Amino acid sequence: MSEEILRVQGISKSFAGVQALNHVDLTINRGEIACLVGENGSGKSTFIKIICGVYTPDEGEIFLNGRRYKQLRPIDSIHEGVQVIFQDFSLFPNLTVAENIALNQQVAQGRRFVNWREVNAIARQALERINVSIPLDVTVSELSVANKQLVAISRAMLQNARLIIMDEPTTALTHREVEALYKVVRGLQAQGISVLFVSHKLNEVQALAERVIIFRNGMKVIDTPAQEMTQEKIAYYMTGHDIAESRYEYQAKDAPIALEVSNLSRKGAFSDVSFRLRAGEIVGVTGLLGSGRTELALALFGAQPAESGTISLGGQTVSIRSIQDAVRHGIGYVPEDRLTEGLFLEQSIANNIVVRIMKSFAGRGGLIDSVRKAAEASNWVQHLSIKTRNPQLPVKSLSGGNQQRVVIAKWLASLPRVLILNGPTVGVDVGSKEEIHTIIKELAQQGLAILVISDDIPELFQICNRILLMQRGRLVNEFETQAIDEATLADHLLETVNQGQ
Amino acid sequence: MPSIRNLLMRQEVIIGLTIVALSIFIGLVNPSFFSTANVFRILRATIIVGMFAMGVLIVLISGGIDVSFPAIAVFAMYVTVSLIRSGTLPDNLILSYILAALIGLGLGLFNAIFIAWLRLPTLIVTLGTLSLFRGVLLFFVGSQRIRIAEVSPSLTELSRANLLTVENPGGGVANLHLAFAFLIVLAVIVWLLLRYTMLGRSIYAIGGDREAAERVGFNIRRTQFFIYAFVGLLAGITGLTFSALSREADPFSIVGIELDVIAAVVLGGASITGGRGTVIGTLLGVLLITLMSSSLVLLGISSDWQRFVVGLLIIIGTTIPVLQARLRRRVAA
Amino acid sequence: MATLAQDKPKSWLSDLSLDGTIIRLFIIVAALFAIFSLARPDAFPTVRNLQSMAFQSAEIGILALAVALAMLTGGIDLSINSTANLTAVLAALLLTNFKDTAPELAVVGAFLIALVIGPLCGAFNGFLVAHVGIPPILATLGTMTLFKGIGTVITKGAAIFAIPQFAFIGNGDILGIPIPFIIFLVVAALVGMMMSRTRYGFEVYLLGTNPLAARFSGINNRSVLMRTYITSGLLSALAGLISLGRTNAARVDFGESYVLLTIMICVLGGINPAGGAGRMVGVVLALVALQLLSTGMNMVLFTSSGANFFKEAAWGATLLLVLVVELISARWKQRSRRKLKSEG
Repeated sequence: MSEEILRVQGISKSFAGVQALNHVDLTINRGEIACLVGENGSGKSTFIKIICGVYTPDEGEIFLNGRRYKQLRPIDSIHEGVQVIFQDFSLFPNLTVAENIALNQQVAQGRRFVNWREVNAIARQALERINVSIPLDVTVSELSVANKQLVAISRAMLQNARLIIMDEPTTALTHREVEALYKVVRGLQAQGISVLFVSHKLNEVQALAERVIIFRNGMKVIDTPAQEMTQEKIAYYMTGHDIAESRYEYQAKDAPIALEVSNLSRKGAFSDVSFRLRAGEIVGVTGLLGSGRTELALALFGAQPAESGTISLGGQTVSIRSIQDAVRHGIGYVPEDRLTEGLFLEQSIANNIVVRIMKSFAGRGGLIDSVRKAAEASNWVQHLSIKTRNPQLPVKSLSGGNQQRVVIAKWLASLPRVLILNGPTVGVDVGSKEEIHTIIKELAQQGLAILVISDDIPELFQICNRILLMQRGRLVNEFETQAIDEATLADHLLETVNQGQ
Repeated sequence: MPSIRNLLMRQEVIIGLTIVALSIFIGLVNPSFFSTANVFRILRATIIVGMFAMGVLIVLISGGIDVSFPAIAVFAMYVTVSLIRSGTLPDNLILSYILAALIGLGLGLFNAIFIAWLRLPTLIVTLGTLSLFRGVLLFFVGSQRIRIAEVSPSLTELSRANLLTVENPGGGVANLHLAFAFLIVLAVIVWLLLRYTMLGRSIYAIGGDREAAERVGFNIRRTQFFIYAFVGLLAGITGLTFSALSREADPFSIVGIELDVIAAVVLGGASITGGRGTVIGTLLGVLLITLMSSSLVLLGISSDWQRFVVGLLIIIGTTIPVLQARLRRRVAA
Repeated sequence: MATLAQDKPKSWLSDLSLDGTIIRLFIIVAALFAIFSLARPDAFPTVRNLQSMAFQSAEIGILALAVALAMLTGGIDLSINSTANLTAVLAALLLTNFKDTAPELAVVGAFLIALVIGPLCGAFNGFLVAHVGIPPILATLGTMTLFKGIGTVITKGAAIFAIPQFAFIGNGDILGIPIPFIIFLVVAALVGMMMSRTRYGFEVYLLGTNPLAARFSGINNRSVLMRTYITSGLLSALAGLISLGRTNAARVDFGESYVLLTIMICVLGGINPAGGAGRMVGVVLALVALQLLSTGMNMVLFTSSGANFFKEAAWGATLLLVLVVELISARWKQRSRRKLKSEG
């Protein structure tokens, strides 16, 4: 019988009436690599926060190394050897690698003075333990994301970690870096450390995990050895048959071409990309990180303009050198990072919606007609069913799904010809997700040409009629959604990983 | 191996090289630049700004900004000298310094209450206390200038004390004021503090990422209390030193220097957004500004150009890190 | 449509907390006026006193509006006073040069100089902030020194005198209302209108709230910043002309305390130093409050120089007090909102 590091029994947690976790049982054994899978809003992050003591569950019990905790505090969790590596890593950009690794330990020991020789020695040993080499005297701000992650892992190791939880660790890594990370994780396992890999990417589950745990709608739906799982099964359990949405059926096959891209290139980002997008189409662009999918979107939106190739809109070649160019030609962009790139959190919902169309309210002497402005905002609030009692409230008072609707409304108000959505439902709860999908499909049916950038395969299948696959800056494949299934697409993604080696 | 390019990415190196090049240039135009007397004169001119700069450096590294330190300095200085004049405080140099330091500490703690405890924005708080401290001083304590020679033999003695006396080959002597040693000792203390104590590292950590510093387990409130109290204490000591150097206690002096000191520290590579800054860089920044503004006459340029040149220096000095960052990004991409 | 009943066509920035600030300022102004009127009924509530207060506050008020603009974008402008003095110096030079030949023409020329120098100084700030990317506090610290340096080189540090024909802008009045104050009111109304009712103003608030989201919404951040600093420079130049008219002299080191004072007025007036929130009405009210406080102090304490010092202390204390009051009211509001949420 193997040693239990973590056991939870029947934990539940709800926020403002929404059941985030519903009677979950889970066990992690020593030296095990388990993968926790689930879509956004499935309860994964709530679970992690309960394990590290940030949230207290409404009911249920937590055992760490056999000790039972009624009220688990963050400090208890750390003492029991639980270390979470969040996506932001919590590193100090202005300090060196060595100091970042050793600092936690030095603070915990209540040190008053710094012995730099010791700091360097500690850091060197910590990096050796996970078998990587990073220069110790470089400041962290100069490191790549992958190296930052390794620094965070080494730091966790120094806290006598017995269970390392990694939250979406591969989102910002290239496939080569992902491979290197897998090697590190296997090394941890060899030292008897357990790793809980949290992810929503199917390929990772196959490549790394010994055990797969799937959450859906706050419940654990399956917990089984990885070899018994297939891509199809994982996709099935993640999405669930019962909530399967209808796919998008693209009717008007001979609609005019809205966007045509030929031989578009930008050094270090993507090269020689060509495709067409017809009015009423929803086309997905997918690929691993570093495949150039986001860079392509930013180029079409003028944020990081392409260096060569042509972009035509409605049959006319246009030059897009800046965001102003893109919006003038009717291209809208819903960014992946809604909070920092999409919204003005302290400003009202109305102001967030009308930002693109302020010009149209200008009357005599350039003065804004605030009545028309408020009316227009209210229209969109109703049109996209944004749940608020007053559009003059700040947008930060809304839930994630409603905030995303505000961003979409902002672009719709300016009547775009092409709308690019980057990760349209990241951080949106399951219910809202479907509603946003419905909105997107309706928009396409009304003749808008839509490009969806995402690595969420089930989502792409639910809303796109065509999917473009990118790999290392190139467009390598194209599928009609009707013609393939999710597992096949996942295999293609995996194949591209394997080819990359 | 640090390549030349990496070295040029360091503001200290750029400022240091500028100082060397400038010195050579001025020396070629006017050889008297390298005379001991002139070198000592320039070094003396760095004392006050340099001492203030050490405090400002710590504040900037922590991600804050303090404009009230000149008001603290003049407050501590004038109250101390007034008390000596009235006979309340015996005319003893050490006692005077202790009192000035304590007054500074107290006013610094007043800042800290608003900043560390109530978490109010540092610029606005210190703007308020700058006005408050100075107003209280002028209204309640006094607004008359006091000549040090008339009230305090001990401070007068300090004003004449020298660290180094060198005989000029052409006759006469060149003196380096004793207070230059204060600056050096202070710089060493601040350097040790920032580099070798956990308190110093917590200052960098807070400036780098406040939230992460909290997660690591640093007590941010305590660190901030220390920072503003320390700056106050430092200002008190510097204020009294200023009265010795200028041989008078003028309640209208010092205030107005705050933006110049901040400019010198930023020129020395400290980041206005926190997390970055070194003692060496700060000293070099102070030296460069002093050198520029005190050597124009040697170049045969009217001293009217002083402000203009310093302004130009600040603009160029603040452009460099922006360009460096762009270059780094391009190399990384 | 029941939900929409609340959003009547009021100013688009009518956020409750801001209205709180404005109300608070109104109360402070009224209280100060009442207190000093009761303390010195013979001297305070008189036409003469009101006039003299109006004369004194105009140029600081215009400078405060200039700073407020930069603060709304999330920046700051420390160079306002240097710009004002440089303008005054150049205008005074022109006036003295033509005082015997064509004084009237020279007065017009002085205005033209302001129209050119102000925006030029502002454009340089805007260039450094928007195109080079220097943090505004550093860029304008540099230009503050630089513009003052240019003024020093031109004047060699000496004062330059204006001519009597120019005095009207600083000392004249229309129907008893001082001309500088009329200028200030007109400027404040125009700037207030610009910020609350035009697309440019709207974009300033959005840029100040989140520059990245502004960029990704297709707002031309660089152009908004350029326009803001240029306007700030223009307002500063105007303030320079008024002080030249009022004091009949231009000096490069005139009004050095104005820089920090204007920032204080803006913060008291509810302009968020981090950008994106605050109204021009608040700045005007804060200015009036501080002017009442200064003049009232003068009268109550009788000694004019001592009162100046007390005024300085009182300003500082007021700023700290306002900060603490805002903090407490924000925390209180947060708590009651949380309570509402948990009940709902």
